[in-house]
Amino acid sequence: MRLHEYQAKSVFADAGIPTPDATLASSVEEVVEAAEEIGYPVAVKAQVHVGGRGKAGGIKLAESRDEAEEAAESIIGMDLKGYHVDRVLVEEAVDFKNELYVGVTMDRGEGKPVAMVSTKGGVNIEEVAEEDPDAIAREHIDPAFGMHPYQARKAVYDAGVPRELARDVASVLQTMYQLWDDRDASEVEINPLMVTEDDEIIAADAVMNIDDDALFRQQELAEMEEETFEDDLERKAGEYGFDYVRLSGNVGIIGNGAGLVMTTLDLVDYYGGEPANFLDIGGGAKAERVANALDMVFSDENVDAVVFNIFGGITRGDEVAKGINNALEQFDEIPKPVVVRLAGTNAEEGREILNDELVTVEETLEDAVQRTVEYSEEEAQ
Amino acid sequence: MSVLVDSDTRVVVQGITGGEGKFHAEQMMDYGTNVVAGAVPGKGGQEVNGVPVYDTVHEAAREEDADASVVFVPPAFAGDAVFEALDAPLDLVVAITEGIPTQDMAKVNKRLSEVDTRLIGPNCPGIITPGEAKLGILPGNIFESGDVGLVSRSGTLTYQVVDNLTSRGIGQTTAIGIGGDPIIGTDFIDALELFEADPDTKAVVMCGEIGGEDEEEAARYIAENMDTPVAGFIAGRTAPPGKRMGHAGAIVSGSGTGTAESKINALNDAGVPVGDTPNEVADHIEDFL
Repeated sequence: MRLHEYQAKSVFADAGIPTPDATLASSVEEVVEAAEEIGYPVAVKAQVHVGGRGKAGGIKLAESRDEAEEAAESIIGMDLKGYHVDRVLVEEAVDFKNELYVGVTMDRGEGKPVAMVSTKGGVNIEEVAEEDPDAIAREHIDPAFGMHPYQARKAVYDAGVPRELARDVASVLQTMYQLWDDRDASEVEINPLMVTEDDEIIAADAVMNIDDDALFRQQELAEMEEETFEDDLERKAGEYGFDYVRLSGNVGIIGNGAGLVMTTLDLVDYYGGEPANFLDIGGGAKAERVANALDMVFSDENVDAVVFNIFGGITRGDEVAKGINNALEQFDEIPKPVVVRLAGTNAEEGREILNDELVTVEETLEDAVQRTVEYSEEEAQ
Repeated sequence: MSVLVDSDTRVVVQGITGGEGKFHAEQMMDYGTNVVAGAVPGKGGQEVNGVPVYDTVHEAAREEDADASVVFVPPAFAGDAVFEALDAPLDLVVAITEGIPTQDMAKVNKRLSEVDTRLIGPNCPGIITPGEAKLGILPGNIFESGDVGLVSRSGTLTYQVVDNLTSRGIGQTTAIGIGGDPIIGTDFIDALELFEADPDTKAVVMCGEIGGEDEEEAARYIAENMDTPVAGFIAGRTAPPGKRMGHAGAIVSGSGTGTAESKINALNDAGVPVGDTPNEVADHIEDFL
């Protein structure tokens, strides 16, 4: 789960990290009111989960009432990389002389959290990591002990943060690790951490992502969740409880198990088709889930044909087949051709049960995918 | 022969009184696995399918001389359950549970570096030595005893590749599902090491997927350390960056690390042929044997 900037900043501020004066607004009037209150210049920032908001026109600086109004009019209601902007953060624009980076994330390779500090803030840290890896000081944290205070200092000195700021930046980093640990974060980041002319530091942006698997014990954060989906189909998948990713092609794909579904997508591509989605229905495959999965892919107007690929492990092929029959019998007319491939436990019985007036049955994965790609090409014409 | 588990492995099922635990304990026993105990706090003294249940893993290990466990405990409590098995101590812990908080696994990972216990998973289908024992949820009927070792990050993709092998008469020594999470116990290199050391394993299949750099590291290991031939498969060639493809670990990062292309290239550079389809993996293995 990703917190919005305004939410992350409030969590950081509560923990004692300095953040600029800011107010959330959802109309032009509210923006102007907030700007007048805070005093110019202000930054008007779109609250959507999109990287590179600034470049995409989602952040504007306003020096006056007119400019605040203008910024609000152009940002509120805009479409930012597929996300509708309905709220902005109106924030005191900070005069700065330097921009730093501080963050904590999970280093997968090491299986440990890593704290990072850099004096090259204000740009995408992944780019810095690629172009100038030495510009980022890294300190791996033992999760059993937490971050030792010396580690925060060491990261700060190793990064070359000016001496007069070292204590404050180390303190911010220590607080960020504590938040990471207490709140089950997968990532916390301040980029940039601005340094003012008076050598004050202030968090000009804030990122906080929470481990979805830990939300059960992070009630307060879980309640902040605001579902944002790129489109209605992803919303629907959320309701049905499917792992679903929408893609741009015309071959609908349903399967069980992430690896096998990914493989099915790859094979569609390999045989010259274009996958329309990733949809993992998980274990089981009861009639209702099968019906919901078909509803998902049929609702995608780009889909011209569907491949249903189930490898029965503990799930038995005959039960899956009954589920597919039941689901398809609900339709007066099958909207798009469906190819079914069943393998594994009781697959043969399953194939016999499948109603071949409703679906095309194939025995191998390769044949099923090729047949579906053919159908998709015929339908597309 | 086999690696890690055989018909002598004495297994505790953690969470044996839950729906999943009970069902799969029975499936494992039907397959021939030597399930000697269950462990569920508060349920000590009960029996499930004739198997005695203990309140703690320590007690189960002591009373029944158990040396391995399979964890079917819900995600909120699974990290603790794994710790309990590590501290008992058992030789092998197989964690099936999906959705364990990552920070719990980071702590488990730290503990693993201090003990001799091996962890497989979490979020994995388990491990099977065909004809002898299975610890986990793999469907026993698709496996056959033979010469090929298999290690995979995914469940059903493993079944697919095994099916391609078994249907042409190629059996397996042991198959290990290492799991699709970002932090796991046994990784590709650990499994490859075991297969390299097993005289009966004549060839190895390695099924990877997008995300992380474990496959690239495994490729380097293979090039430097392995005589046993390896064939590979990588799922997720068509996955767009930034989208999690089901598994928590299966995501190509925004900066482009973790791509299928990088993994396939690394494997090819290490002399490992990578199949375009699961069936092509079986072709490569057939060529090796």
